[in-house]
Amino acid sequence: MIHKYKMFDMNIVLDICSGAVHVVDDCLYDMLDYLLEPFTAEASCPQFITDELSRKYAADEIAESYEEICELVRNGQLFTEDGYEEFAKNWNKQSVVKALCLHIAHDCNLRCKYCFAGTGEYHGERGMMSAETGKRAIDFVIANSGSRKNIEIDYFGGEPLMNFNVVKEITEYAKAEGAKHGKNFRFTVTTNGLLLDEDKKKYINENMSNVVLSIDGRREVNDRMRPRVDGSGTYDSILPKFIDMAESRGQDNYYVRGTFTAYNKDFANDVIHLADLGFKQTSVEPVVAPEDEDYALTEADLPVIFEQYEKLAAEYLKRWKEGNWFNFFHFMIDLDQGPCAIKRLSGCGAGHEYLAVAADGDLYPCHQFVGNKDFLMGNVHEGTIDKKISKYFEDSNIYTKDKCRGCFAKFYCSGGCSANAFNFNGDINKPYELACEMEKKRVECAIAVEAAKKLS
Amino acid sequence: MKHVKTLNKANLKETAVMGCGECQTSVANQKCEH
Repeated sequence: MIHKYKMFDMNIVLDICSGAVHVVDDCLYDMLDYLLEPFTAEASCPQFITDELSRKYAADEIAESYEEICELVRNGQLFTEDGYEEFAKNWNKQSVVKALCLHIAHDCNLRCKYCFAGTGEYHGERGMMSAETGKRAIDFVIANSGSRKNIEIDYFGGEPLMNFNVVKEITEYAKAEGAKHGKNFRFTVTTNGLLLDEDKKKYINENMSNVVLSIDGRREVNDRMRPRVDGSGTYDSILPKFIDMAESRGQDNYYVRGTFTAYNKDFANDVIHLADLGFKQTSVEPVVAPEDEDYALTEADLPVIFEQYEKLAAEYLKRWKEGNWFNFFHFMIDLDQGPCAIKRLSGCGAGHEYLAVAADGDLYPCHQFVGNKDFLMGNVHEGTIDKKISKYFEDSNIYTKDKCRGCFAKFYCSGGCSANAFNFNGDINKPYELACEMEKKRVECAIAVEAAKKLS
Repeated sequence: MKHVKTLNKANLKETAVMGCGECQTSVANQKCEH
């Protein structure tokens, strides 16, 4: 399986099942249109292809291109067959829990209009996680993580800084228990920044391997969607704190992370705005919302969204060449190694390796399922999980999703978000099409950026 | 090759023999921590 496309004046060919990326000339690029899979090499270029291409290319060019294609195939770098499905079926997966998303606060001091958690309470009661519940969550993950050494704890909400003393108490408990049990805990926190102060910054910098700072980009974009409870904007309050936080972490191990909606389809300008402010680690991501919301993105928006991703990729590359680089979460791709095939097939591990813990200790497949009682898996105070739900997620991979099987991006996307699939199509194995289209565009841009870097 | 520049090795085959779960929860730029 191959995927070919043009970007930045390059003819790019991705050999999907080997991961090889080639930049080819026009003759070879056009020749690929005539070759069917499974490819069988012939002694020379088939006559009908030579006849077709000879209108544009010289005979020796055509012959050489065909020979080079045959060589790539022999080297396992082109038309590689997909041998991973059997691999996925036969792998004796025995999942253990290795990451928890702790909903430290089911409450928030903002009223973001697109929040999947309602106004922070996940469509339930407002409440804070107790230190006791947090500690039981730590006990739970230690007991259920098998021989895994690295364990992740994400502090999430709502707004976690509304309950920061509990964050600190859980963190100290996890570090102490981790030392006893040979576990290496890594912590992250996601915050809207309003309650960030020197003490919290110091504690976060000493203890959190990653911090996510929520801001949507330009002032008017951010303040339209991320108001306080009284309706006032937040940009001017949070921006100095975020700049300070990013600098205090050496411009690494953080993200400024925003959401774009139908109100700012020119979102490349928001990413560039964040880069112009000095942020080196950026992410601005499409809103996921029902189509009847004014701010929702729809299929009709895809052409302008694709144009924006290309514009952003061009600017991204230009600044990299000038030495004024910044990172964009969705353009970061490792073409030289990356994770193991099993990880590529199965994705994030939601529901079996990664679980969310609601403020009251209830367990769900991930933070986006919290509050959906059909997916309630147990409670950390009981210490057991619903194996049926866990197995449903564990058995899901790119080969259980018909749309993914033939998709060129499958080894970089891993089948998309289970929560989005369920929320839009009622089945975690039926990916959310709009997200698929955007992901494919982002993968194309990411590969093109890396190709241009390597060629320069 | 005159008509092709290959930019990387065929990395997926090599990773097929690597699933220990020690890596960070995510995929396109994930680092193996095995």
